[in-house]
Amino acid sequence: MERAIVMAASAIGAGLAMIAGIGPGIGQGFAAGKGAEAVGRQPEAKGDITTTMLLGCAVAESTGIYGLVVALILLFANPFIGQL
Amino acid sequence: MNVDVKGPEILFEIPVFGGIGVSETIVNSWIIMAVIALVCFFLGRNLKVRNPSKRQLVAEKAVTMITNLVTDVMGEKNARWAPYIGTLLMFSAVSSLSSLTGLRPPTADLATTLGWALVTFVMVQATSIRCHGVGGWLKGFTQPIFVMTPLNIISEIANPISMAFRHFGNIASGLVITSLVYAALAALSSLVLGWIPVIGQIPFLQVGLPALLSIYFDLFTSVLQAYIFSMLTMVFVSGAQD
Repeated sequence: MERAIVMAASAIGAGLAMIAGIGPGIGQGFAAGKGAEAVGRQPEAKGDITTTMLLGCAVAESTGIYGLVVALILLFANPFIGQL
Repeated sequence: MNVDVKGPEILFEIPVFGGIGVSETIVNSWIIMAVIALVCFFLGRNLKVRNPSKRQLVAEKAVTMITNLVTDVMGEKNARWAPYIGTLLMFSAVSSLSSLTGLRPPTADLATTLGWALVTFVMVQATSIRCHGVGGWLKGFTQPIFVMTPLNIISEIANPISMAFRHFGNIASGLVITSLVYAALAALSSLVLGWIPVIGQIPFLQVGLPALLSIYFDLFTSVLQAYIFSMLTMVFVSGAQD
């Protein structure tokens, strides 16, 4: 019984942890929009703009990745089940 | 329906110090290192000044690209970092791309990426010490005011952790999502055609759709993460110099 509760709570927690995906989603969309704006203004700098945008997107992604790592730990390497 | 998401398996043990487990990650890394070394050896043979072969042109193009990337980001005086950055870029990209051949990518293991990130961390601190001396390095933590010291130390330690988790998370999430999609497609196809005796056992829906996912998760993410990891290494190292 206890085990079932812990597993269910871990699954819910993993789902909640992935709410962290909202932030990078908004941030990357904003970055992509600004990138499109910049390319529209200066089409000759397309290569530089794309590179900078991808780098910024990937750095902005790290908060979402932290959420993902928490979710993966809860799902596949659950620390709480061992404590029962 | 069984979803099969696992960490790297221990393939065999070295019987010293009570058995050191050798995991899939290490074996696959050595396979990839051997492949890269063979390709480099093949590209680097018989170099000529006049009448270069096509092979030599490919090798020269690759070396020039890496050197240009490094000098663009770090400045002319740092061109000597090009071999390390090139190695990191190539090893990371080939490791992640190895999932296309069915190997478990070594970068889907936190140990690999954390190792690389720690190398970057040590390089950044060593560069800082070499350029400013031990006193200047220690003084750098108290900038701009003394109260900021704990925050500066935390932000230095956070860098390798965030780099390692970023690379690991991107590749591992691709692995997890791909296996979830495979399991879902198998369940769906057995739901649709499961009532036919023999043909129903074939998960026919697994044809096609995973290839599209593979283009994003394997090709795009792998190359992008390799680029970002080496880019951040260059930015941190050149940032430690001034």
